[in-house]
Amino acid sequence: MAYSEKVLEHYEHPKNVGTLDKNKNTVGTGLVGAPECGDVMRLQIEVDPETQTIIDAKFKTFGCGSAIASSSLATEWLKGRTLDDASTLDNMDIVEELALPPVKIHCSVLAEDAVKAAINDYRVKNGLEPILLKESLVH
Amino acid sequence: MLKLPIYLDNSATTPCDPRVLEAMLPYFTERFGNAASRSHPFGWIGEEAVDYAREQVAKLINADPKEIIFTSGATESNNLALKGVYEMYASKGNHIITITTEHKAILDTCKHIEKLGGQVTYIRVNDEGEIDLAELESAITDKTILISVMYANNEIGVIHPIKEIAAICKRHNVLLHTDATQAAGKVPVDVIAEDIHLLSFTAHKMYGPKGVGALYVRRKNPRVKVTAQMDGGGHERSMRSGTMNVPGIVGFGVACELSMKEMHQDAERLSKLRNKLESSLLKLEESYVNGNPAHRLPHISNISFKYVEGEGLMMAFNKDIAVSSGSACTSASLEPSYVLKALGLGDDLAHSSIRFSLGRFTTEEQIDFTIQRLTEAVLKLRELSPLWEMFKEGIDVNKIEWAAH
Repeated sequence: MAYSEKVLEHYEHPKNVGTLDKNKNTVGTGLVGAPECGDVMRLQIEVDPETQTIIDAKFKTFGCGSAIASSSLATEWLKGRTLDDASTLDNMDIVEELALPPVKIHCSVLAEDAVKAAINDYRVKNGLEPILLKESLVH
Repeated sequence: MLKLPIYLDNSATTPCDPRVLEAMLPYFTERFGNAASRSHPFGWIGEEAVDYAREQVAKLINADPKEIIFTSGATESNNLALKGVYEMYASKGNHIITITTEHKAILDTCKHIEKLGGQVTYIRVNDEGEIDLAELESAITDKTILISVMYANNEIGVIHPIKEIAAICKRHNVLLHTDATQAAGKVPVDVIAEDIHLLSFTAHKMYGPKGVGALYVRRKNPRVKVTAQMDGGGHERSMRSGTMNVPGIVGFGVACELSMKEMHQDAERLSKLRNKLESSLLKLEESYVNGNPAHRLPHISNISFKYVEGEGLMMAFNKDIAVSSGSACTSASLEPSYVLKALGLGDDLAHSSIRFSLGRFTTEEQIDFTIQRLTEAVLKLRELSPLWEMFKEGIDVNKIEWAAH
């Protein structure tokens, strides 16, 4: 199966690979997927508490090229957005941007889940209600 | 100069040896006759070519040429062996024994037989891919008509003790079939010395063309019969009708002759290269060989690189190096290799596996390149892997409660 140019670009030059200090109150961490399913994503955001804006985002992903590209793209999108704005991220935006084929849609769903899990981790840490997660389509 | 891409997926298929192709070509054009046309020279030439190839093919496994049934490939041979014996020996019993790591051509055929009312026992393998012969023997009942055990496994290369299994079959008066698709032409296979009753093999795994294979059906001690699964003109002693694929059969014959001649030197050269590849890659932390290293085909290596996912790993080099992975991220099921799971590998390790299969045209330069690229790719992917980071922090990844997924 051939990968799209955009998937290849993110795979070869992934953006924002790394780790934020998960113990900091300003950092939210989302860890989703499972090794048995062949993909695990960890996505982290650092939030400016004053403005509720995401100032940094990092990821690490165990998975196929599409999973890596989906999480790389998600971190790019998150930076500079407010938490409210970030929580509207839809997996289909990732599917379109990366031109993922149907068998890879679950990678985008996982990225969306990771983003929302990271936002919720931050919210709960800071005494806020978690946002509701929509039912995953594939998993 | 190293030419890219490098092909290390010879267990999937091999390139046709130029000597094989050369022998085949006239049979597409001027020698195009139907081998079953008895009434003119066109047919006689075709028949003669098939007869000669039948001898070459038979010789590879020490069979009599009359015991070779040409088919379209090993899948058809396996179907004919299992379904053919099931039908032919229905009055004797309906029980077949096979093993869990067989190719789908065996497992799916067994499922079909179960639907028809047959009984199938699937013997499990241990963590090195080997079966327990005592367990195999104790599975035999008075209804057992056939034991089918692959000669060597396609994913991990593990060779099964066919001679010992044959002794068990003999004691209990049960037929023995073996799918020797990966082994024939690579290691010595001898249907007499090993007391095999039916044996499947194919041309395209031994530098012959695709679309032609054979089923060996023993004629003496005991005389074995299979019910035809393809009805028609009564070709191949009525066991497999259909116009003979003369060019393919000619190519298969030459491929068998070449394999027989070059088997020893190929095996020696390839096992050295394989061992070099393997020992170099095992220097990477948390990498493991799958399958018993002592009882393996000389040209296959299956390695799990823990904490990286196979498909993601392959993407780092698959424009330049062709291998296959036990991960199945491309399939809708997301299920990793059932063979590796049968060995008791966790899904994570099964998802992290790469199969390298070397061949006649593999060079040391290619292996050196592969070692370098694989090492770089594993290191790169581990930098990206949250599981690797956890492992390095001393967190047991297996103890994490992963979300239902």
